[in-house]
Amino acid sequence: MNELKDYMDKIRPLFDKGGKLHAFRSLYDGMETFLFVPNTTPKTGVHIHDAIDSKRIMSIVVISLLPALLFGMYNTGYQHYLAAGQLDGSSFLDLFLYGLFAVMPKILVSYIVGLGIEFAWAQMKGEEIQEGYLVSGILIPMIIPVTCPLWALAVAVAFAVIFAKEIFGGTGMNIFNVALVTRAFLFFSYPSVMSGDGVWIARDYLLGFGYDLPDSFTQATPLAMAAQGADIPYSISDMVLGFIPGSIGETSVVAIALGAVILLWTGIASWKTMAGVFAGGILTAMVFSATGSTPLAWYEHIILGGFCFGAVFMATDPVTSARTETGKYIFGFLVGAVAIVIRVMNPGYPEGMMLAILLMNMFAPTIDYCVVSRNISKRKKRLTENKE
Amino acid sequence: MVNVFKIKKGLDINLEGKAERIKVQKDASEDFVLSPAFFEGVVPKVIVREGEHVDAGQALFVNKQYPEVGFASPVSGTVTEIARGERRKVLHVKISPDTEQKYVDYGIHDVSRMSGEDVKDMLLKAGLFGFMDQLPYAISALPCNEPKAIFVSALRDKPLAADFEFELEGNEADFQTGLTALSKIAKVYLGIGAKQTSAALTGAKDVEINVFSGPCPAGNVGVQINHISPVNKGETVWTADPMVVIFIGRLFNTGKVDLRRIVAVVGSMVENPSYHDVIVGGQIAPLLECRLGDFAECLRIIDGNVLTGRRTTIDGYIGAHTSEITVISEGEEECEFMGWMMPRLNQFSVNRSYFSWLLGKKAYTLDARVKGGERHMIMSGEYDRVIPMDICAEYLIKAIISGDIDRMEELGIYEVAPEDFALAEFVDSSKLELQHIVRSGLDMLRKENA
Repeated sequence: MNELKDYMDKIRPLFDKGGKLHAFRSLYDGMETFLFVPNTTPKTGVHIHDAIDSKRIMSIVVISLLPALLFGMYNTGYQHYLAAGQLDGSSFLDLFLYGLFAVMPKILVSYIVGLGIEFAWAQMKGEEIQEGYLVSGILIPMIIPVTCPLWALAVAVAFAVIFAKEIFGGTGMNIFNVALVTRAFLFFSYPSVMSGDGVWIARDYLLGFGYDLPDSFTQATPLAMAAQGADIPYSISDMVLGFIPGSIGETSVVAIALGAVILLWTGIASWKTMAGVFAGGILTAMVFSATGSTPLAWYEHIILGGFCFGAVFMATDPVTSARTETGKYIFGFLVGAVAIVIRVMNPGYPEGMMLAILLMNMFAPTIDYCVVSRNISKRKKRLTENKE
Repeated sequence: MVNVFKIKKGLDINLEGKAERIKVQKDASEDFVLSPAFFEGVVPKVIVREGEHVDAGQALFVNKQYPEVGFASPVSGTVTEIARGERRKVLHVKISPDTEQKYVDYGIHDVSRMSGEDVKDMLLKAGLFGFMDQLPYAISALPCNEPKAIFVSALRDKPLAADFEFELEGNEADFQTGLTALSKIAKVYLGIGAKQTSAALTGAKDVEINVFSGPCPAGNVGVQINHISPVNKGETVWTADPMVVIFIGRLFNTGKVDLRRIVAVVGSMVENPSYHDVIVGGQIAPLLECRLGDFAECLRIIDGNVLTGRRTTIDGYIGAHTSEITVISEGEEECEFMGWMMPRLNQFSVNRSYFSWLLGKKAYTLDARVKGGERHMIMSGEYDRVIPMDICAEYLIKAIISGDIDRMEELGIYEVAPEDFALAEFVDSSKLELQHIVRSGLDMLRKENA
């Protein structure tokens, strides 16, 4: 590795100010810190540092997303072959590879567009590239339907990275979850590719796998079926394992639970937020179930749609959720409750998780403000008591 | 009755290179310096001249704003240099010591019969007053404010910190006299650790004893104040390092300003870490002679501990409050490939994505690298886990960064010192310089309130 390091050191002057490749300095910096732990030492303050850094944190989040992503690829193939009526004659590999070929372009587009903008922005501002988009970039393909066109995805990613993140100051300064803004942009700008019954199953023959399905083929998600008052033809085990149509990464509760274990064990996601979302969702769904407002049982609300995915990977985004410890319970609870309220009370949207999290992102600073005010008023009270 | 405070938040960092409880004699220092940098917040006015002879205990410089606060020379000898930096800022006053030390005689006093005013005058006269610190602002104490209390923490729990009980051996009487003297000025709270058994601590008189158990920073005087009697706006408390209490006790028991003490030389890059007799302001070089192996140029020498100490060099001098000199590797020559995804078993982290949690109380050899780039605040709740104070740490830091003075006051900046944020700075995944930020906030408020 020393040779590589020596080489990187050797080419550095090219990227420094006045060098031929100065326009790619942010790319060089990004590559260098990606390859080697930065060797900077502090001038002031503590003389030793914890080995954790934001690269490690983002990588752990990406790792925790892999089970759901891999299952999502498999399920993409599974749903396609099921729709084509060819499930019996195909192997596990057929299904997985089909899903891989269907999903991979979305991941590539998301990363190329998103990271491209991030690099350009870092270069423009003369800052170091930040790694926040590593997570957003993989989250985005997981929360869209598999048929979403790549051009629409590219436009949405560009919009979200620029207007939801960079103009606020980059990673750590954004108010709304970048991946969800991408989804919301797609949802409201191109409703025909994001919702309805025709978007959830891949219909194309891909690189030697799968079959051409007719354009008129439709398959509703279980939540949409419930909203339309139809019976859901899936068993509970299908719903938990994830063999149902839906956005690419959101269907399998088991795969998401694996990710949740990693996030909670490493302490990267807050268990308080996560527990809050489930408590809020379960309680609200129970109330609606008991009053007969929804045909679904409370547990079906939890295991269907994007609830689990949102609770584990989206609501727990530390930047856009509440940051105070008490605030996390409140934020989580409201996310869960609002998601179910939107699902049940709004006939237009069978799914409410995205809007619930975005809405609560907006209120997270208010929740924190109230929690911090308590600490402030305690101090003020102590001061007045002392004066008396 | 002894109050026991169980501190839950915090973190003990177990490092290689702890000093054994043995004293090793080293060559005496060839010269001594007293630097205004040893005393936070002091703008000095030097009152001696180059070539002038001074006695130990004679003031070398005074606080320009409060000229009655002098700073005592640690030794007698000839002033050889008044070093100045940019814009004539005083860097230090250097003294070449006499072979036979001469002390200014301040007279032996029975502190039990003295009034608080007399004690304060005596400390000011002898140039020891400024060795104490104060909250708010975490600066060298100012005589203009009446303190509501004086806090002394005898618990040193930062990584590789010197054991105060070892320093206390042979100084018990002076320590008690110092406490009694301070108790004449205001109520004295002595914070001790649950494992400290020295009778001079557990049986200290004229003070309220509070026992603190739990991980670092339970020994931080700021943490102890926050648990016992938080500082409100308009109030002042003084804090004294326990060794300064001994200096004060010696002043009253012997009539001399006697700044002899022991310091520990510690750290993973020091051979045979141990304790040494020194005088405040002495050279660091004799203590490290023949102990640094072949890597002397890639080492970081710290006047103090790894969390709050000042970076210095082999040519540096022992600070006024220094209880240990720490030497660790700078680490700039390290080449760690893709560290963000490797297991890195030799690295310490509170985050469970590393394996420190599996390795129990393994002692780590950490170098000075920051190990990551500076980012905006991303993770939440990191600071709160290691700051056992009733403070919204993250919001206070944000208020300071945005320069919002009202908000800083509301969030309790008067209660904190930069050292209270040292552990948070260590664990921070965004690698922000929190102690520096807090210091700038405190300076901003001090200027505003002046």
